[in-house]
Amino acid sequence: MPTDFLGRVMAVFERYGMSMLQGAGVSLQIALVGTLIGCIIGFAVGIVQTIPTQQKDNPVKKGGLWLVKLILNAYVEFFRGTPMMAQAMFIYYGLFPLMGFNPSMRQSAYFILSINTGAYMAETVRGGILSIDSGQTEGAKAIGMTHVQLMLYVILPQALRNIMPQIGNNLIINIKDSCVLSVIGVAELLYKTKAAAGALYMNFETYTITMIVYFVMTFTCSRILRWMENRMDGSDNYDLATTDTLAHTSGMYKYPDEKKEGK
Amino acid sequence: MAENGHVLEVRHLSKAFGKHVVLRDIDFQVDTGDVTCIIGASGSGKSTLLRCINMLETPTTGEILYHEKDITDHGVNVPAYRSRVGMVFQSFNLFNNMTVLENCMVGQTKVLKKGRDEAKKNAMRYLEKVGMAPYINAKPRQISGGQKQRVAIARALAMEPEVLLFDEPTSALDPQMVGEVLAVMRTLAREGITMIIVTHEMAFARDVSSHVVFMADGVIEEEGSPEEIFGSPKKAKTQEFLSRFIQG
Ligand SMILES: Nc1ncnc2c1ncn2[C@@H]1O[C@H](COP(=O)(O)OP(=O)(O)OP(=O)(O)O)[C@@H](O)[C@H]1O
Ligand SMILES: [Mg+2]
Repeated sequence: MPTDFLGRVMAVFERYGMSMLQGAGVSLQIALVGTLIGCIIGFAVGIVQTIPTQQKDNPVKKGGLWLVKLILNAYVEFFRGTPMMAQAMFIYYGLFPLMGFNPSMRQSAYFILSINTGAYMAETVRGGILSIDSGQTEGAKAIGMTHVQLMLYVILPQALRNIMPQIGNNLIINIKDSCVLSVIGVAELLYKTKAAAGALYMNFETYTITMIVYFVMTFTCSRILRWMENRMDGSDNYDLATTDTLAHTSGMYKYPDEKKEGK
Repeated sequence: MAENGHVLEVRHLSKAFGKHVVLRDIDFQVDTGDVTCIIGASGSGKSTLLRCINMLETPTTGEILYHEKDITDHGVNVPAYRSRVGMVFQSFNLFNNMTVLENCMVGQTKVLKKGRDEAKKNAMRYLEKVGMAPYINAKPRQISGGQKQRVAIARALAMEPEVLLFDEPTSALDPQMVGEVLAVMRTLAREGITMIIVTHEMAFARDVSSHVVFMADGVIEEEGSPEEIFGSPKKAKTQEFLSRFIQG
């Protein structure tokens, strides 16, 4: 073994680097799948929770909606209100066998992380929808859009943009918190780290590598998400369409001055 | 549609928010080509009336007949009705996630199910009419208030509605931008588009309207031709309201 710290880190990496990177791959994969499915669940729940009810709606529809919202609320509160590690044990060792399911460890990991992220995202999406100015809804209604249409084309695109930072936050949390799933034996980065550190009795060196790998993963994801946000914002400038490119040229007003400004 | 039927007819309409009664027993009619201006003091219920007509508020009692069909009835397709009776808001309410052109196309493609080419051609026609054709690629946040309102008018026109409702379309604008929006609306009035306009611009109301409704405290206090209302108002409240405007 080399005597200097850096040398020892390199030595650990040579022996266990591949296995740890594989673990990192697993962590990343679980986090990405969990965040993606979690977002889908979150949007579905958030959208249902913001369906408006009107007084004149028939009682069956109102009652049904009330019940569905109640169940979804219970889901959100329960999964936000209990630790994921306990949920993982409860579901993997308890609920799944009881129900006769026999999923792989990886599938269970996807499931647990998705359903957890979904519970958090549901509240984020609901907040995102409520934060959109009611004028947007009224503008959409005024041209005859139905609730579904105005959600799809007007509200959700704006809500999605506004909650992008929260989605990024969730992804980063998931990359880190996927390590909790090592309790059901998922071979992610922390699981592999423990194995390496235990075999070599070199905690400091091994965990140095682990910290770096986690940080590289989260930092890269956070940059990619920021880039996506910027893309969604579109350009800061717009081109004035010159009259030449238009099919009709007989505008009622002409604004030669503004056109010359070119911005 | 019946020959003598009104396009829109409001009958005994009342609206209360909780115990707060805002509109009481409102009656009025609109025929094709009418330009009806609704004037009145702040809080008199003008916006609420307009919002009831477009079903953005549900009337407490009364009827709103569109071609003699009560649109407050159960089971009426309200979105379809709204696509025939457009509305322009004080705060523009342009879709922030879309460009000027998309704002004017989305209703046509999604609600009227027109093809994109046709919708674009139509949108361009109305954007040119309001002088906003050069700005088709701009987002709402990139244009001025007056420009936003002209786009909002184009968006409403692109649906080719039968009636257009305006709720104080110039109240949120700087004085120099008011003119550009009013100019567009004057053109529409000349072209015979049926409009109901809530406004505080008295000179404009006097010029363009075929009918003026004066509201006070949730009721129609007086109505008539612009000459009658502005020239020789009969009710004391009308006289008082208008005198404040003349004195500025
Ligand atoms: N959603 C609401 N809930 C409770 N009260 C309301 C609501 N909307 C309006 N009101 C009340 O109804 C009354 C009439 O309001 P409305 O906006 O129709 O007046 P307006 O004539 O349009 O006034 P302005 O000229 O200031 O726009 C006001 O007293 C207002 O406080
Ligand atoms: Mg008002």
